[in-house]
Amino acid sequence: MTENEPTDHPANAAVSAGDPRFLTQDDLAVDTHQIVGPDGSYDADDVPDLDAEQFRDLYRWMVTDRVFSRRMVSIQRRGELGTFGSTRGQEASIIGSAYTLRPEDWLYVGRAWTPMFMRGASMEDMILFWRGIEEGQQAFAEQNSQVAISIGSHLPLVTGLAWGMDIRGDDAIATAYLGDGATSTGAAHEAINFAGALGVPALFFCQNNQYAISLSADEQTAANTLAQKALAYGMDAIRVDGQDVLAVYDAVSEARERVREGEPVFVESVTYRLDAHTTSDDPTRYRSDDEVDAWEENDPLERYREFLKAEGLWEDIDHDAIVADIEAEFDAALEAANEFAEREIVEIFAHVYEEMPPELQRQYEEFVDLLDRRPELYDYIEQRPKG
Amino acid sequence: MQATIVEAVNDALHTEMAADDDVVVFGEDVAESGGVFRATDELLAEFGGDRVVDTPLSEIAIVGAATGLAMYGLRPVAEIQFSGFLPPAFDQLVTNASRIRWRTRGELTAPMVVRMPYGAGVRALEHHSESMEGAYAHIPGLKVVAPSTPHDTKGLLLASIRDPDPVLFMEPKRIYRSFREEVPEEDYEVPLGEAAVRREGEDVTVISWGSMMPATLEAVDELDADAEVVDLRTISPLDTETVVESVKKTGRAVVVHEGPRSNGVGGDVVARINDEALMYLEAPVERVTGFDTPVPLLSMEDYYFPHPPRILDAIERALSA
Repeated sequence: MTENEPTDHPANAAVSAGDPRFLTQDDLAVDTHQIVGPDGSYDADDVPDLDAEQFRDLYRWMVTDRVFSRRMVSIQRRGELGTFGSTRGQEASIIGSAYTLRPEDWLYVGRAWTPMFMRGASMEDMILFWRGIEEGQQAFAEQNSQVAISIGSHLPLVTGLAWGMDIRGDDAIATAYLGDGATSTGAAHEAINFAGALGVPALFFCQNNQYAISLSADEQTAANTLAQKALAYGMDAIRVDGQDVLAVYDAVSEARERVREGEPVFVESVTYRLDAHTTSDDPTRYRSDDEVDAWEENDPLERYREFLKAEGLWEDIDHDAIVADIEAEFDAALEAANEFAEREIVEIFAHVYEEMPPELQRQYEEFVDLLDRRPELYDYIEQRPKG
Repeated sequence: MQATIVEAVNDALHTEMAADDDVVVFGEDVAESGGVFRATDELLAEFGGDRVVDTPLSEIAIVGAATGLAMYGLRPVAEIQFSGFLPPAFDQLVTNASRIRWRTRGELTAPMVVRMPYGAGVRALEHHSESMEGAYAHIPGLKVVAPSTPHDTKGLLLASIRDPDPVLFMEPKRIYRSFREEVPEEDYEVPLGEAAVRREGEDVTVISWGSMMPATLEAVDELDADAEVVDLRTISPLDTETVVESVKKTGRAVVVHEGPRSNGVGGDVVARINDEALMYLEAPVERVTGFDTPVPLLSMEDYYFPHPPRILDAIERALSA
């Protein structure tokens, strides 16, 4: 073999002499898929093939997401909830993607609750979950869903679920919702690489909502986009305008078809977290009012309303009635959650193992006995000291 | 000045960054927002973006890069936002930070600090409430520190940053702001590896640290006996001498910790007492600990960690045996 001569190995198919050529990310043009522009304009040929009822359904779910976030923040402020992270501003990204999923698909979300409602989870269970009551997660598991709290930790697990679907030959996919911050974790890199190498039906739906608590997406990575990261792992990617529900639906529909055939796909949905990271966070410390105002103007619901009006579908939609319905559903869920039965001490010890080991059994019995002998313990348990 | 524990952390960082240009502080949300608990507040304004750095969301890289920085001669102080997020970086602690000195026969070292809030009781989400010092104390070559007072926090953190070995600095977040005490404005160290005797007594030794110290002192206050309270302050290396001397004096001992019981630090403390003071014991050593379960989610987390009545119950058992 002489120098600078092509070889059979595909990695050496093209060679160059002279100065080494740097591969840069600017060699790659990453465009952002969009159907309805910020001003509401669109090309009718690009509109996904959905019927009028489905178009209205998308709107109703987006409003559900917004109302649910608002009500949750509000009850958190009244001390009726632990920490909560609003999804306001991300409705198109969340609903457009989730609308493509089927009940048999698995779903692990970071910041996205309505997709779980769309597959049958109840608002009551979601309230219980955010109150730190394990039964909420038990209910989600019945819909093949979970909320992942430890950032990025769920991605390898989703790869494994997808691998299982591949082994069993099932016609379903496993989906991980993640944020821009999660793309920096080791778990994400290993999971995405693994899924690509094995060719399993995993969909990585990344909501780039511009901030991981206080760190902007620009500071999270030197990469121009998050979508291009997938290419390093040999995985195809789509970058989509996350404020355009139809574009997200279109992109993820196509992605889901490809994933179903055993080719994992990474989707970057460009959106914005309008509220704080969580109810414990003060975003004024790290982002400007101008920036927030600009994204308030780029509201995904308003953009979609323009589309619905143009299509003549808006006349059939009674926005106030939808909001009233969702408010009523939330009220009922909150009332049911408030009536959630007093829990038993054994629940702390249950489900750690299938069979409780003798030492754990002993710890449980000792604790029950102690509570019985020293009821003053409840004074401390009720106090809930805060750090 | 009067300061809380988290203010003492902040003061120690200001003190040492001013004294030593090699000290760099980094982690998630530590710079611009000043940390989710404000432990790093105003450091960016005072020391600038080269020395106070918001990192990507990358626990493995934060701890691994701290090790590299330290090997290169800097003095990194890395923050892990909650102790439940350290496990991904466990590999870096075990594989690199803790054994670089051993591996190179002292040619290279990793003098670094990883700070993190730990413990339950603040209504946080899953993975935000762990107390796993037993797991980290199990790593040879790593020092594990858990202060329980503002005064000790400043002195121990300054000593940790100046220590020649890697230190995991576990901050008891439940009591981050629960009380103030006088913290000297000047520079001082509380040495690593030395326990403090918080109360002197003759009847029983109660050993605790970090987040459990206020509950332990409260229990002892209600006790109709003369208890000696030992605050370990450093979990690894553990001050066996102070513990043993106290037990030799009192003949009885109770260990109190928040983490799970099995294979926890309490077991090791009991073993050391057995090793060196068995014949002085007048009763079996009692353990008061968290359960061998994950920390319950917030609705039931208050059941998990020991409160004064539970501690009192064990002390009375030790006294009556």
